[in-house]
Amino acid sequence: MFKNFFPNKILSFSSRLFSFLIVLMLLFVFVGLIYALFLSPPDFTQGDSVRIMYVHVPASFIALGCFAFMGIASVCALIFKIKILPLMAKSLAPVGSVFALVSIVTGSLWGKPTWGTWWVWDARLTSMLILFIFYIAYISAWKFVDNYEKANRVSSIIAIIGSLNLPVIKYSVDWWSTLHQTSSITLTSAPTIHYTMLIPLIIMLIGTILYTLIVFLMKYKTEIMKFKLDKRNKEN
Amino acid sequence: MLSKKTRTRIFLATFLLLALIVVVIVVLKSLEENVVYFFSPTELHNKEDISFNKKIRVGGLVKDGSIINNQTSINFIVTDLNNEIIVSYKGSLPNLFSEGKGVVAEGKLKDKKYFIADKILAKHDENYMPPEVSKILKKSKEQ
Repeated sequence: MFKNFFPNKILSFSSRLFSFLIVLMLLFVFVGLIYALFLSPPDFTQGDSVRIMYVHVPASFIALGCFAFMGIASVCALIFKIKILPLMAKSLAPVGSVFALVSIVTGSLWGKPTWGTWWVWDARLTSMLILFIFYIAYISAWKFVDNYEKANRVSSIIAIIGSLNLPVIKYSVDWWSTLHQTSSITLTSAPTIHYTMLIPLIIMLIGTILYTLIVFLMKYKTEIMKFKLDKRNKEN
Repeated sequence: MLSKKTRTRIFLATFLLLALIVVVIVVLKSLEENVVYFFSPTELHNKEDISFNKKIRVGGLVKDGSIINNQTSINFIVTDLNNEIIVSYKGSLPNLFSEGKGVVAEGKLKDKKYFIADKILAKHDENYMPPEVSKILKKSKEQ
């Protein structure tokens, strides 16, 4: 399976398979949104404000997940010198950063009617903002550093240092008192979210993961082509 | 197996990573008081270096039946089921503010038992359920 990510295979990634992914994603997102916006119940405390959660939670999940991949890929690239890993990390950054922004904005829109404020500097919100800044720094490193090897090293270091922020984000609500609520879905206890809301949330999550995969594949293909082109130009 | 170069790199990477993690932990521990968004009534009760002029935040649950609406201000009790503190506030309250629900009050301590707030935020917990389910839960609790 992993052979599919090697440069030669990815360029011949079947466009039919790709179209299938897009259709699947649209299905999940469409069904998910119908449930999220209309068919699922309002919450007993926050009423219809809860519907923002169906976008906010998947976005946060992707923002954290993408950066985790980027961090691991950067460490492995530095240790084992695998050439495709920096390209994969570089292809994850744009979609991850957009979802980090979506998480912050949707969270803010949710906070005003529920908490009574657009923003607080508590541990969860502040660490998410720091994540977004690290995303921007990572993308900027690739954009503004001229030499590929140098850009690779700078961006890898940014990804690795930024990854230390990920456990802080995840456990901020447990380690310190924060305004942001604690997790409703954990590995150790039963979910504190009713199934009529949990199911649409999972549907939206799968749809968002598929979307991320599609955007990642598109960018990754471009990066491979650019890399090969640059290599050929250098050899001439 | 792994070449000597790779093994060296793994050692270096692991060492640097551990060093960075230690740095992060030390920084977070030393900033503890600023990272915490609010103190619970028990934490305020036990706190030694309290200053009555500094702006701080207290958070907890609004004690059932403790909301008193005066002409000039609203008084209520914030509890963490161990200790309580009386909060006084002038101004409009957020929609989700109600008895038995979480709240964070920002302001100054008048003394260890009395807090004057200039900002009130409602704190949402991690429970999500439809109104019908919550009614059923409430009924079964009352029985």
